[in-house]
Amino acid sequence: MVKSAEPACKHPNESIQKLLNETYEWTNQCVQCGYCLPACPTYASMGKESASPRGRINLVKMATEGKIDVVEHLANPIDLCLGCRACEVACPVGVPYGHMLEVAKEAIAEAQTNEKSADTNLLKKTALNHLFPYPKRMRAIGNMVWMYQKTGLNKLVQKTKVMQKISEPLAQMEKILPAVESPKRRAPRGSVFPPKGIKKARVALFVGCIMDAVMTKTNRLTIELLTSVGCEVVIPEAQNCCGALHAHQGENDKARELAKANIRAFQASEADYYVNNAGGCGAALSEYNHLLKQDEEWNKRAQQFTEKSKDISQLLYQYGPLPFQTKWNGVVVYQDSCHLRNVQKVSQEPRLLLQSIPGATYVELEGADRCCASGGIYNILHFDESMKILDQKMEQVSKTKATTVVTANPGCHLQMSLGIERQGRSEQIRSLHLVDVLAEACGIK
Amino acid sequence: MEQEIIMKIENIVSKERVFLDLSERYSYSYDASFGQYLPDVVVQPNNAKEISELVKLANEYRIPVYPRGAGTSLSGGPLPVKGGMVLDLSQMNHKLIIDKENMLAIVSPGIITGMIHKKAEEVGLFYPPDPSSSNVATIGGNLLENSSGPKGLKYGTTKEYVIGLEVVTPTGDIIRTGGKTVKNVTGYDLTRLIVGSEGTLGIVTEAILRLIPKPIARKTLLAHFDKLVDSGHAITNILSSGILPSAIELMDNACIRAVENFRPSGLPIHAEALLIIEVDGHPSAIAEEIKKCESLCKQVGASLVTVATNEEEREKIWYARKMVSPAITQMGPTKISEDATVPRSQIPAMMERLKQIREKYELNLVVFGHAGDGNLHPNIITDKRNLEEMKRVEDAVSEIFTTAVELGGTLSGEHGIGTLKSAYMEMELGEAGVLMMKKIKEAWDPHDILNPGKIFPIPGQTKVVLT
Repeated sequence: MVKSAEPACKHPNESIQKLLNETYEWTNQCVQCGYCLPACPTYASMGKESASPRGRINLVKMATEGKIDVVEHLANPIDLCLGCRACEVACPVGVPYGHMLEVAKEAIAEAQTNEKSADTNLLKKTALNHLFPYPKRMRAIGNMVWMYQKTGLNKLVQKTKVMQKISEPLAQMEKILPAVESPKRRAPRGSVFPPKGIKKARVALFVGCIMDAVMTKTNRLTIELLTSVGCEVVIPEAQNCCGALHAHQGENDKARELAKANIRAFQASEADYYVNNAGGCGAALSEYNHLLKQDEEWNKRAQQFTEKSKDISQLLYQYGPLPFQTKWNGVVVYQDSCHLRNVQKVSQEPRLLLQSIPGATYVELEGADRCCASGGIYNILHFDESMKILDQKMEQVSKTKATTVVTANPGCHLQMSLGIERQGRSEQIRSLHLVDVLAEACGIK
Repeated sequence: MEQEIIMKIENIVSKERVFLDLSERYSYSYDASFGQYLPDVVVQPNNAKEISELVKLANEYRIPVYPRGAGTSLSGGPLPVKGGMVLDLSQMNHKLIIDKENMLAIVSPGIITGMIHKKAEEVGLFYPPDPSSSNVATIGGNLLENSSGPKGLKYGTTKEYVIGLEVVTPTGDIIRTGGKTVKNVTGYDLTRLIVGSEGTLGIVTEAILRLIPKPIARKTLLAHFDKLVDSGHAITNILSSGILPSAIELMDNACIRAVENFRPSGLPIHAEALLIIEVDGHPSAIAEEIKKCESLCKQVGASLVTVATNEEEREKIWYARKMVSPAITQMGPTKISEDATVPRSQIPAMMERLKQIREKYELNLVVFGHAGDGNLHPNIITDKRNLEEMKRVEDAVSEIFTTAVELGGTLSGEHGIGTLKSAYMEMELGEAGVLMMKKIKEAWDPHDILNPGKIFPIPGQTKVVLT
């Protein structure tokens, strides 16, 4: 038996030291009981320990001990994690997996910049640093998509299959682009919307970057639903991207910068709650306290921000009942947003709201608490792995005979649209955001 | 590993199920116990034929072979202590047949034990062995370690439910033992020999399990005791009164404090012990039984007895017990979990001795466990980076084993010997006893291919080494 004599760790530099300092306590906390294995969607689909939370925690530890290399051995298993954080809920000893994951990604990103910049890295960095943090640029993209759909160019692209020739994953994503509303209907920042009836609370709406660009209709309906239950809605002027994508891709400094901008903008609004309609963004907002824990100047403000941050379903449930107008037809299923469920711990409110719709037959989807493998931009970066999980999810959806699949996060919404499209069933099943369903049932268009 | 051997492995199983990358190999270097050993290759076989060929290859090249399920062992069962080849059987999980008519389950080794519970219960049947890891652990691992849990008291351990096996022997033959009948006296009972053999005598590739009717109802009570010795009397009195509870779980004071500190739920932090007692069976029978358990607890001085009147209250009672593991890990990053077991009547004596051990070695030692069958879980919470303390832990562990054997008990009730208890085998079995086992091993596995380095003491090693 020949043993490799080559040292495993080729990056014994500062990023390893930082990884060690920040994660060693956490990775040592893991007792390797394996209780996280059944909760992990990538362990189920890939069937190997390195694709499990216990495996990834161990590999981070091995990297900090210099037994494996950060880029050569750690990067891939970490990259293949969806970041759904279902393992945190399953963990009996409370290993903060999500935080460890972000620190590991940061260390890997640093070690990689010293090497080469792969194409996907460049694309990722451009989007993260030059697109998402600039609301105007994001809105310009939204306007372009609207034009693209309005002029019928999209139909031409789909007919000629030009996208397939460039990239199969992007071609599939193109097909499921939501119908973008005319930019004229987008609620301008700084506006205040009065409540219908007695004012129960003043809430500040977080519009998000992707939501604000291509899902403007859902944002507009969010405002209308909130005012219908007695909330005064303000849209803070200087808000920005939540920074979740940056933290997930190992750019924590940028994430902190964005967090501070948002805290400043929302605290100036003097609202009772800061409401969002995207599970992923909401999770990032709800963890600003952790993100800025070390920052003495900001940690108190971040804590207060976190406490006021709410998902739309929480406020609609709290201030409801909603003014339902129409009778719903067919079976409705709900697919959890992992970050809404596992990080913000909100899982009952969306279900209760859906069950309250007159005429709707709510069926609990088997495995609704398991990730759909959208994972931010995971489905673009790891198309095949993601589709394997998605197709299994869609089999469960088919069993319920659902005609509407409801989600609470734009990424999940698009992923479910993609799943329906891949089954060739877009005539029979609709993928809708919770807000869209509730608004439709209230006769709000 | 030499290219020639790798090529031969890849001729047996497809390439994507052969892992050579360092990150993959490190991912099979541990289990839920102690220590880390890097294998040379990890293979995920699909069927008995592949395993047979791999084992034959291993015999030809003298490669150690380490079968593994979900890696939840607390004794080091799957650890590849001599490198070689890890066989990950967790993905061999395609067969789970419930034969309702014959009250049997026929399963592949990678099936999660909890799935057997679920599928059996769907048709009104019951597979009792319930290790706390049953939602994660595979049946193959449970069989080879002869695992059990709280229900062992009334229903016995895994071995009572295995009636037939398909096994790849250490030399690569595929044999069948037992069968589908509950009664079977044809030849030696190899089934019983393989169950609990910790993967040293064969790799189970299929098992036939006996199922029993599912009890229709259950009742649960929680009793507080100011004096530990009273809880011992309560257990003895209940069992001698003709009642056989499905579980009697005990938590000591250190454990109660840890849980109350972690998730306050009003537990009595001055009580020396808590008992959770559950009975199952016909509703009218258990209504009477739980009443009797309640009065027997009170008679010996329980300061408070609560009987759950609904499922919610039952879950609340069990919640305290379920919180034990997370609560105690807050006290330190390293947990040494023992399962020394004594005859029921010796529980109070064992508890007293454990208290002395805690004081003598100044360690975080908490005790909980399945008191009804004498299977206690003394857990030492420590930090493996603290070498001085780890030395004291080694001594304390040795003393726990000595005490259990002195009191007429055994080193291990349900976790297995593995790497962590092998040094104490002769203490319990004597030289001749261990030698007899060794002869069996040598007859079955002449080249010491299957799970070498387990069960049998390393010559000269007299106690566990954790540093």
